[in-house]
Amino acid sequence: MSDLSTGTVKPLGPEAAVASTGGVGDYVALLKPRVMSLVVFTAAVGVLVAPGHLHPWLVTMAVLAIAVGAGASGALNMWYDADIDARMKRTANRPVPRGAISAGDALGFGLMMAGGSVFFLGVLVNWAAAGLLAFTIFFYVVIYTMWLKRRTPQNIVIGGAAGAFPPMIGWAAVTGGIDAASISLFLIIFLWTPAHFWALALLRSDDYRRAGVPMLPVVAGPAETRRQILIYAVMTVLASGLPLTFGLGGLTYAATAVVAGAIFLWTAVDVFRIVDQGRARKAAGRLFGFSIVYLFCLYAALLAEWAIGRWV
Amino acid sequence: MEPHRLSPEQEAQRRRRSIAIGLALGALVVLFFITTMVRLASNVAGG
Repeated sequence: MSDLSTGTVKPLGPEAAVASTGGVGDYVALLKPRVMSLVVFTAAVGVLVAPGHLHPWLVTMAVLAIAVGAGASGALNMWYDADIDARMKRTANRPVPRGAISAGDALGFGLMMAGGSVFFLGVLVNWAAAGLLAFTIFFYVVIYTMWLKRRTPQNIVIGGAAGAFPPMIGWAAVTGGIDAASISLFLIIFLWTPAHFWALALLRSDDYRRAGVPMLPVVAGPAETRRQILIYAVMTVLASGLPLTFGLGGLTYAATAVVAGAIFLWTAVDVFRIVDQGRARKAAGRLFGFSIVYLFCLYAALLAEWAIGRWV
Repeated sequence: MEPHRLSPEQEAQRRRRSIAIGLALGALVVLFFITTMVRLASNVAGG
């Protein structure tokens, strides 16, 4: 758990037992709103493109529950990783290492939101989706945060599954189960995650080294990381064709997958071949930024085709 | 041991948190009510 004796984590005084100093904004920050926005978007696409009908109100409730579940995972991650967060520039200002919210409060808040979101989704939509949401929270908090993150450079490869589940949960909210088409939506994000995160890790490897997190650039070096990024980028682009084989998406999606995939590959090739320090950092930054645009484009294209098919 | 007194800032923050919790609970009641009505209507319409 969080080691409050190291790093810059402020030991909490007696007042912490009476009241946390955190404001509402700090609790919102615990939910990792930026990560949540991607979860909301991909889950919404999963709900909408799934075969079958769900009342628009229940669609909203399903996406809300998935978003809150993702937020709960974020809060539990911040509770457990407070010691690491305190040692990294990117995360030192999070509410727990800053001392705005005690680790215990973050834990209680995260557990309450996790339990609440699973119950909410189960009661209001269906228990298959709720079970998947519970598994996703468990996977992110226990498998990724507690087990893999501090032990293996493959942490985000396996842990990335947690971020890939939301469209499957959305799909299950409508169909009540999992099938090959929903797995194809999962695979795109699962294979995309390593290239996305390792691009960031190339930029922040000093931070990860200081925190003792065995990210690939820290353990295997930048050259191996660049090679692996290219391999995963190729696999992601190949996987982006899978939805077409299951009847998801048509020409618009295919064109988007080809064009955006080509740019994504191009930026990954740049990361692979540019080794000059300054230019290499810029290339990694470009890949990190474009990887977000790429994933958004793929899912937005699926959404656009769904909307076109519905109203035209 | 003297009882701990909250500073005015801490009291204000606690009040804001309490309001946020109250609003969240109220919103939950509304969400459950609307969802019950929606499901009920769907079930009735479906026979």
